[in-house]
Amino acid sequence: MSATPAPAAADARLMTGAEIVLRALKEQGVEVIFGYPGGAVLPLYDALFQQNAIRHVLVRHEQAAVHAAEGYARSTGKVGVVLVTSGPGATNAVTGLVDALMDSVPVVCLTGQVPTHLIGNDAFQEADTTGITRPATKHNYLVKDIRRLAATVHEAFYVARSGRPGPVVIDLPKDILIGKGPYTDPPAEPHRSYRPQTEPDAEAIRRAVALLKRAERPVVYAGGGVINSGPEASRLLTEFVRMTGMPCTTTLMALGAFPASDPQFLGMLGMHGLYEANLAMHGCDVMLNVGARFDDRVTGSLAHFSPGSRKIHADIDPSSINKNVKVDVAIVGDAKRVLAALIEAWKADPTPQDKAALTRWWRQIDEWRARDCLRYRQEGRIIKPQHAVKRLYEITKELGRDTIITTEVGQHQMWAAQFFGFERPNRWLTSGGLGTMGYGLPAAVGAQIAHPDALVIDIAGEASILMNIQEMGTLAQYRLPVKVFVLNNEYMGMVRQWQELLHGGRYSESYSAALPDFVKLAESFGAVGLRAETADDLDRVIREMLAADRAVIADIHVDKEENCFPMIPSGAPHNQMILGRDEEGGAAGVTDEGKVLV
Amino acid sequence: MPDPAETAQRAATIAVLVENEAGILARVVGLFSGRGYNIESLTVAPVDEAKRISRITIVTSGTEMVIEQIKAQLDRLVPVHKVADLTLEGPHVAREMALIKVVGRGENRLEALRLADAFRARVVDATTESFVFEMTGSGDKLDAFIALMRPLGLAEVSRTGVVAIARGPRSIHS
Repeated sequence: MSATPAPAAADARLMTGAEIVLRALKEQGVEVIFGYPGGAVLPLYDALFQQNAIRHVLVRHEQAAVHAAEGYARSTGKVGVVLVTSGPGATNAVTGLVDALMDSVPVVCLTGQVPTHLIGNDAFQEADTTGITRPATKHNYLVKDIRRLAATVHEAFYVARSGRPGPVVIDLPKDILIGKGPYTDPPAEPHRSYRPQTEPDAEAIRRAVALLKRAERPVVYAGGGVINSGPEASRLLTEFVRMTGMPCTTTLMALGAFPASDPQFLGMLGMHGLYEANLAMHGCDVMLNVGARFDDRVTGSLAHFSPGSRKIHADIDPSSINKNVKVDVAIVGDAKRVLAALIEAWKADPTPQDKAALTRWWRQIDEWRARDCLRYRQEGRIIKPQHAVKRLYEITKELGRDTIITTEVGQHQMWAAQFFGFERPNRWLTSGGLGTMGYGLPAAVGAQIAHPDALVIDIAGEASILMNIQEMGTLAQYRLPVKVFVLNNEYMGMVRQWQELLHGGRYSESYSAALPDFVKLAESFGAVGLRAETADDLDRVIREMLAADRAVIADIHVDKEENCFPMIPSGAPHNQMILGRDEEGGAAGVTDEGKVLV
Repeated sequence: MPDPAETAQRAATIAVLVENEAGILARVVGLFSGRGYNIESLTVAPVDEAKRISRITIVTSGTEMVIEQIKAQLDRLVPVHKVADLTLEGPHVAREMALIKVVGRGENRLEALRLADAFRARVVDATTESFVFEMTGSGDKLDAFIALMRPLGLAEVSRTGVVAIARGPRSIHS
């Protein structure tokens, strides 16, 4: 269908498609766009040039544009916005879109497209963007009628941020951007078909509280849904856990939803989670899951997952409930509404809690804690990677600055999750579901743009950081003082660890050969380059890095063969964790079924 | 030991009301292929032009948990208005239509016509050496008729897939 002009009388109010897009973005509260120009989006870049309301941040690769928008979104709670061109611009963005889909990050991605009359002709820089991104997004649109343009942009923002948030693509043919049409305001009436349920069912809440009141060994298991629901949900989670005296563990995604320093915090659970957290999950009699999805990294062997417990699952996405684990009470709703309702119902239910049982449960948990599963020995000159993260945490805590941590993916990510404590939500940005190496540096760009005064640190590995190293240019252009803290063990460490434990120590292609000189690399981008080669250098390098007013790469040479423990081997249940190198024999027992799992 | 209730497979006929817009069928089919669900039959057509609504009927099978997942995943698609599990919600009528071409002369041709009459198939096209039968009914009935036609000169079959609707006054819109 071609764009049909409105009647001539309305001409005075007609705008170009590019102007309509920018006005709709402004209306949606957009302040920043992360993007990269190209032929099909030139009209939008021209319109951007002629206004000052919306800032454009030029990244160096479209994948990084999406990760930067994710970093912006996750550190602010707002929708992140991306602008890329057609063809390769759109296909490069796909990894970022799937990342945002898996981790439920609200992103709106505008992609250029060849003019409508050329669609399907294999035109230059044409790709079937809506076809390619259909399974990569929460929803996507191809705008073929300029009269629908403004309404589509408004709807895209509503879909991206409501319900379970996610990425939305709007594909914009060039003739739509150049043509003229009317601007329309966001609709007042609700969406025709998409109406996510946010208010929990009162009866489900009552049944959940009845189970929790009678629990002898309860555990609260919180996930990223609590973060996505906004800071109020984290406050309510903390209130609920403290008023009930229950132990609380969180997923990788939810670090910061409950204060790490709170004695009721068991730490992260899952494959590299804490011993006490996993055993509490295994041994509990009632489990309350708020906003987590029983991911395979969390459950381990499904057949042996928390065998003796009644399970309550609150999630805003009904498809997350009973997907992997069958639960006894299902609550569909937004985390903060669910938690507020649980607090109310807890107060209203006169059933007394079995305090003696809870005390016995805590005594058991304290025994598990006494195993001190994160212990490591920092001896001699070689820096233990755990020690590097621990010192980074302790020294940033001394500074008392608002600190946001991003990570790449691998061993360093797990050590960051284990050794860096988060007291508040939206300060921990990591690629959980998709596990995207190269996420951390562009995510740090987005976080630093949103929080110019915060201390933003990308805890990285030497392999991951090279996957989006070009974003050092973005740091330079916008003078973003992001600190890149590279745990350099000259290996793709997690791959090497699995090869050691499961593949007979045959280190196939996991050695990081031909690494750059990270100090010179930093300097070539106008950043500060630092290096710590021995334990004696570590504190000085961390302090120098944090004191620098510019971007820094700190190349921390760590023990090359350190493994990340605790670890639940693939396919094993929670109560068969390997706690350290002395117990590595435990991995020899991994079955072929377990080896199939990633 | 796995609970038999968790491993038993069942068939499900699912009706889905969707926005009649470009790409909606691709979204539904992509969901099934992407998540590894079965599609035994799928039909789609507009049912309300004024409201731009189409109805998709899907016949699938899986464990109870998988079928619940399929419905939840369908319901999560932005242009989906309503998902109804006709198999679960009570008695329903399910019908399929087929056009069946049989080519032949002599006794086989007469036998085909006699069987078509017994099965209440209509002749919608005829030449001296062929018939096209139109037949509506359950999938089983169509299968049985097509099997009988095979030795009598079955040349070609075109089937619609299943359309279904709940019995009684209850409506998918209520």
